[in-house]
Amino acid sequence: MNETPDVISDGQLKNIVECMLFVSPQPLIVQHVAQSLGIEEHAVEDAIHQLRLDYTGRGLQIARIAGGYQMCTRPEYSDYISKLLKPERMRLSSAALETAAIIAYRQPITQPEIEAIRGVNSDAVLKTLLERGLIRQAGRKETVGRPILYVTTDEFLNHFGLSDLSELPDLEDLNLLDKKDKESGKDTSVHAG
Amino acid sequence: MPVQLVQKLGYTIKLPIFEGPLDLLLHLIREHKLDIYDIPIVEVTDQYLHYLSLMEQLDLDIAGEFFVMAATLLEIKSRMLLPRPPQVDGDDEETDPRAELVQRLLEYERFKNAANQLRILEDGRSKVHWRMTDDLATYDAPVIPLNLGALDLLAALQRMLDETCGGQEEVTCLERQKITLRMKMSEVLRRLNEKPGGIGFKELFFGRPSRLEIIMTFLALLELLRLKKIRVRQARPFEDIAILPGDNDILQ
Repeated sequence: MNETPDVISDGQLKNIVECMLFVSPQPLIVQHVAQSLGIEEHAVEDAIHQLRLDYTGRGLQIARIAGGYQMCTRPEYSDYISKLLKPERMRLSSAALETAAIIAYRQPITQPEIEAIRGVNSDAVLKTLLERGLIRQAGRKETVGRPILYVTTDEFLNHFGLSDLSELPDLEDLNLLDKKDKESGKDTSVHAG
Repeated sequence: MPVQLVQKLGYTIKLPIFEGPLDLLLHLIREHKLDIYDIPIVEVTDQYLHYLSLMEQLDLDIAGEFFVMAATLLEIKSRMLLPRPPQVDGDDEETDPRAELVQRLLEYERFKNAANQLRILEDGRSKVHWRMTDDLATYDAPVIPLNLGALDLLAALQRMLDETCGGQEEVTCLERQKITLRMKMSEVLRRLNEKPGGIGFKELFFGRPSRLEIIMTFLALLELLRLKKIRVRQARPFEDIAILPGDNDILQ
């Protein structure tokens, strides 16, 4: 199996990357592909870029997920797929979602800090998130009791279909609705016209 | 909002479930379209306590935090009733007993909204499918199994003792269990006969065995290893150690 040719042509590289994308269960990391083939990262980037173009208008797409690339179906065909297959997908409880949101925006964060925001004990929900691999421990905070710090993982990005954390909705925007309510309620005359 | 159905006395009550006291308070404020920056504390406290008593009547498990919040609300309420010291100009905000609660509510609401956004992302993501991990083992880079010695087994034993006994063992029975080395040796061989493909090291210790049993099993392993009746292998570092039949393959 070790009879791979020394030189890989661009066309071949595109096919090789396509195969790797097809086989890989996790988002494919450009750096790993480049290392395994002994070529430059930008060559892999180019091949993926070409592939992404090739896949426009197809059922499959190559999406940017968790800092890598993933071959996956397009959302508009999900209803058809579920007519034949029932892919299982876990849905987080609202408590888990709430806690995940706090960790995502405030990481690294400790359990007492999370509980201060939520106002409830969060033992069980942290355990769930850890078990599902959405968060992980990242050292300890150098304060009294040296509590464990939590951060989100690549699986978190994968679960929500994000390329990286900067794609999270802007937290300040979320309260705009509230501010608008206030403004429209109190200052309509000021903003009219 | 998730709704819990409670059946009692032949009729059904629909009760929203709240993640905690802040969630409940926020719900009361938003539901009644109250100004969060100027919470009518008497009204809200009454509603909050009413909801709590409803939960109690329905025998629902109420987290202690709900009662702490009730106390906080009552405290704010009483402080609002007390005559305030003459106001220094514009110092209004800082002396408002509700200020801290308002901040907590706003902070909580921000993340509640963020959680809703994440739910939308999650729903969208659930429409996208990719190949899940079916058996990709053959695609893995070839791994050379490590041949292990007694020291590696000893380290595994230590981990096993730490995991199973957690430092202290509950002792209630004083009768000494009769476990002999010979018993354990034939047990290991018998299990290997049933599973010639090999058994995991951890598998040998299922069902919370006593410390004595763990040690006897371990000694049996060492003895069998010495007699070359078994081999131990590890596919890669940190993985469970596999116990395999010896090279001569003749087991009795």
